[in-house]
Amino acid sequence: MPRTFVKYRSLWIMVLPGLIYLLINNYLPMFGTIIAFKDFNYTDGVWGSGWAGFKNFEFLFSTQDAYVITRNTLLYNAVFIVFNLVLALTVALLLNEIKRRYMQNVYQSVLLLPYLISFSIVGYLVYSFLSMDYGFINSAVLQKLGLPPVSWYMEAKYWPFILVLVNAWKYIGYSSVIYLAAMAGINQEYYEAARIDGANRWKQMTRITLPLIRPVIIVMTLLLIGRIFYADFGLFYQVTMNTGILLPTTNVIDTYVYRALIQTGDIGMSSAAGLFQSVVGFLLVFSVNLLIRKFDRENALF
Amino acid sequence: MNATTNAALPSSQSSPKRIRENSSVAQFLIHVFFVLACAACLIPLILVAIVSLTDERSILANGYSFFPEKFSLDAYRYLLGDAQRLLNAYGISILVTVVGTVTSLLISSLLAYPLSRKDFPQRNLLAFFVFFTILFNGGLVPWYLVYTNLFHIKDTLFALLVPNLLMNGFYILIMRTFFTTSIPGSLIESAQIDGAGEWRTFFRIVLPLSLPVLATIGLFTTLGYWNDWFNSLVFIYDNRLISLQYLMTKTLLSIQFLQSNTQNSNVGKLLTEMPTETVRMAMAIIGIGPIVLAYPFFQKYLVKGLTVGAVKG
Repeated sequence: MPRTFVKYRSLWIMVLPGLIYLLINNYLPMFGTIIAFKDFNYTDGVWGSGWAGFKNFEFLFSTQDAYVITRNTLLYNAVFIVFNLVLALTVALLLNEIKRRYMQNVYQSVLLLPYLISFSIVGYLVYSFLSMDYGFINSAVLQKLGLPPVSWYMEAKYWPFILVLVNAWKYIGYSSVIYLAAMAGINQEYYEAARIDGANRWKQMTRITLPLIRPVIIVMTLLLIGRIFYADFGLFYQVTMNTGILLPTTNVIDTYVYRALIQTGDIGMSSAAGLFQSVVGFLLVFSVNLLIRKFDRENALF
Repeated sequence: MNATTNAALPSSQSSPKRIRENSSVAQFLIHVFFVLACAACLIPLILVAIVSLTDERSILANGYSFFPEKFSLDAYRYLLGDAQRLLNAYGISILVTVVGTVTSLLISSLLAYPLSRKDFPQRNLLAFFVFFTILFNGGLVPWYLVYTNLFHIKDTLFALLVPNLLMNGFYILIMRTFFTTSIPGSLIESAQIDGAGEWRTFFRIVLPLSLPVLATIGLFTTLGYWNDWFNSLVFIYDNRLISLQYLMTKTLLSIQFLQSNTQNSNVGKLLTEMPTETVRMAMAIIGIGPIVLAYPFFQKYLVKGLTVGAVKG
């Protein structure tokens, strides 16, 4: 052992900075999750504070919040997964039908643009449509239709629809790029043979394209299901402009943990909710990977 | 749309590459679909751009519109008149993005390379060490406490450079796969027989051969740094350290804050001097600018990188 260590001394020095970084950024916080079981105060720190047992969790789960944030996180992600899958597959199938490569590229690039725009700017884009006083929807659309203006940022009931649309706008391009790449890998001879046998375009899509990219669809969907307990913080924080009145339909685990930590300083509640998310999230990622492995070894994480 | 599509008979003039055909009506409908889809992607950006160029009084009278009564550059003039903060934010963003991306690529490839060496005894153990960070995540609270209570990086540039953004387990694994599959072991062996040490081999042979993967991961890291506002939201309270994205967030929220307090006469007066609605949108345009302008140049790498990351992630 010492001899191989000397032989590979340089390689060990190479990995050192990266390992130290992961230790600080990832492993220390993992051990730090014990504060969920502590009665934390800043003066005594993580190790010095007294134990609280499961008190933080009891508090958390006795509130209405725990139910609301879990429900919102799961429901939103479930809808995102289904809605985006259907749209992205449609977009990819149609892109795949386009004969002119150049136009295919142009469309793909434009659809991918929202993926590059940060949520701090998406917040502005949504505001330009939904602002109460001057927003495009109120001042142009609703007025023309003779309808009264809506205070979008004060009415929680509209937000599930708004967030599903914004999320689709941002991520459809990304998913369709991946499905299109999978479709591009299909051997053209299948289509040639199908055509000779008289299969029309629709038959070719449903009998050749979709079955052949099924592994990619399943892996992508499973990966998303593995992350169903994690919400997109930017979407729920920036797009709603952190508006308190919208919380019943827009509060998710990630925003709850943030608010409890930074805005109300309730370390007990936020660390309990955070650990709840970490543990359930881990179990999901882990089991989803077992599934992927069973079915497509190549794409499994382990 | 597909119902109208009938398989065309095999024709002699079809090119060998794109033998698949469909009727021109179907092609036309598909193009219509994509023109609409692209419009849906671009229209919010166009609306914001037009509002930023609208005269403030047109907005107060008619709201945001694609066809304003009167155009004006007042918003940009106002922002340039008070450009100190904006320039500072740009400077912070550029600095953090450049330093962060270079450091990130360096320490990531230094970690990934030994993991790809089949003769390195501990490579599987270390790979698991990297991999486990993808599976389990301690969450925001302990992570925040590690950085603020143990390392005290609140209100320093480190807060924008280090937490979460510097390294990503996925990228390490992608790099390792690239090193394993694209750099022949025999090449490394022969370099070492010729007397090149590990460092020399890495910097003179491995890295130059890895430009494709470095470019791809570098691009994603650059986007990560440039688009980040979360670290600022959590760690930055000092106005001198506000990055461009965070300046956006603050402006969006704080103009609104001012508006909800108009009974205060001073604030009201201040607001009448500033074209608030258009300035807000001009800020957004200035914030999107660099990415949209650079997009045509990196578009190809982006598509490649997305598909690599998805297939092996």
